[in-house]
Amino acid sequence: MADAPAPSFAKASPLRWLVVIIPYLWLVLFFAAPFLIIFKISLSDSAIAMPPYEPVFEGFGKLGDFLSALDFENYQSLVEDSLYLAAYLSSLRIALISTLLLLLIGYPMALAMARAPSTIRPTLMMMVILPFWTSFLIRVYAWIGILKPEGLLTVALQAVGLLAPDQQVEIYRTDYAVFIGIVYSYLPFMVLPLYATLEKLDGTLLEAASDLGCPPWKAFWRITFPLSLPGVIAGAMICFIPITGEFVIPDLLGGPETLMIGRTLWVEFFGNRDWPLASAVAVVLLLALVVPIVIFQNQQQKVG
Amino acid sequence: MKSSRFDSTVLTFCFAFLYLPIVILVVYSFNASKLVTVWGGFSLQWYRSLWSNESLMDAAWVTARVGVLSASIGTVLGTLAALTLVRFPRFPGRIPFTGMIYAPLVMPEVITGLSMLLLFVALDVDRGFWTVTIAHTTFTMCYVAIIVQSRLLTFDRSLEEAAMDLGCPPVKTFFKITLPLILPAIVSGWMLAFTLSLDDLVIASFTTGPGATTLPIKIYSQVRLGVTPEINAVCTLLIGLVTIGVIIASITTKRNEARRIRDEHAAIRGVL
Repeated sequence: MADAPAPSFAKASPLRWLVVIIPYLWLVLFFAAPFLIIFKISLSDSAIAMPPYEPVFEGFGKLGDFLSALDFENYQSLVEDSLYLAAYLSSLRIALISTLLLLLIGYPMALAMARAPSTIRPTLMMMVILPFWTSFLIRVYAWIGILKPEGLLTVALQAVGLLAPDQQVEIYRTDYAVFIGIVYSYLPFMVLPLYATLEKLDGTLLEAASDLGCPPWKAFWRITFPLSLPGVIAGAMICFIPITGEFVIPDLLGGPETLMIGRTLWVEFFGNRDWPLASAVAVVLLLALVVPIVIFQNQQQKVG
Repeated sequence: MKSSRFDSTVLTFCFAFLYLPIVILVVYSFNASKLVTVWGGFSLQWYRSLWSNESLMDAAWVTARVGVLSASIGTVLGTLAALTLVRFPRFPGRIPFTGMIYAPLVMPEVITGLSMLLLFVALDVDRGFWTVTIAHTTFTMCYVAIIVQSRLLTFDRSLEEAAMDLGCPPVKTFFKITLPLILPAIVSGWMLAFTLSLDDLVIASFTTGPGATTLPIKIYSQVRLGVTPEINAVCTLLIGLVTIGVIIASITTKRNEARRIRDEHAAIRGVL
């Protein structure tokens, strides 16, 4: 389909290339170019000035001075200060556990949706998408009211007698709250790609297996699961990559000991106003995510 | 059947998990008591106090303007990008272009936000309303591109070819045939772009300046201080707005779809 030479439409005037050029230039200017700037500033030193870094590019005449003032000092401090390494590792750990939890909850849900009668499937689909339209911030905020020590979960558990009246739920401001918040916020992102592949699955394969005496659980592992792997990979990548850099959830639900790199970057930038160091944190985070991003992109292009 | 009972249990639990927190939040916005865990009777007082909270209303106004503007520019750019992806199979730099369309979908927001901010500082632009709008346009156009692209891929090219065979110039063909057919996708792209802009805290925090505080930034700074019924009320209004929008959009899409099928059948009958 994509190989077919676009007829008349592409044969038309050279002006048709505006269709390509306008969005291309926009993305180069506002998406690609900033990454070069991030990289440059990560090599600068922080300064008490506006902008708070030096050297500042002052034309090509002083290019030599400009380049010689750049160095890898910030990366050195990333390596030397164990806080940063710990934050990276902890982000990857939290993202990995969350993605597994999301698969564990999202897969049965997507499967149940795909097996539902076709008349109610669009409604179910709509119900998964709807929370996705409501604000991320609001959904995280909703959990604070539930999880805080004097919150609704404590009240509910005390009411049914699972918790003594003087006890409180101690989840808020711990890693557990972060996991709940992440799973809650990202569940639609996991369910939708899974559902898309499971729905297209050829049902006759399962019928054939069961006619030949294959028990359902075995048919699931031998047929359904392998065929749904593209959806699993797509869902896992769509969740894993942004979770690694997540800021809002660990900041609002996590405790002081919840280390995540997105939060470290935020603090470095807004709290300490160390722009060069924040840029170095971002560059390293980006490098850590290059492999999953490439997997995601290949997966998307296959779908497209 | 056993498996269908298992399925409905799974669905019940998952949807309860997805919806219960939101329902609780909405219910407690009508709570007369200031304590979040104590039900003090029905009251609209938090909505009334919102109305008189000027800084919150200002933030809502900024957010609405940024949302409409960035969604509109983002929809135009995203539609062009989708046309590029589908109708221009070969041109130099196509691979980086596809990369730039997909990468913002998964890029951690802190990185996008920081990189945009550094660009604006390097260009010596005053940060404020316009910088937030440009930043939002850039990441929302990619979502629009994906949605419109999927519509273009299932699109029946013979209609365009027929028009052009009959002598319709390409630009006119685009506006008379292509655009009306992909319009539902463009509309849902716009809606998604608008809600993403409405929702964004991180990118807006990096790229905003004095006088351009958006609602999420405002909500975030208050949430850090604790849960208040007033924030519940703001959130309920936002949820209500988005829900109504989504319902209207899905009804119109369904109606358009039905009309399109009817028209196609009529056309086939006409040919026969």
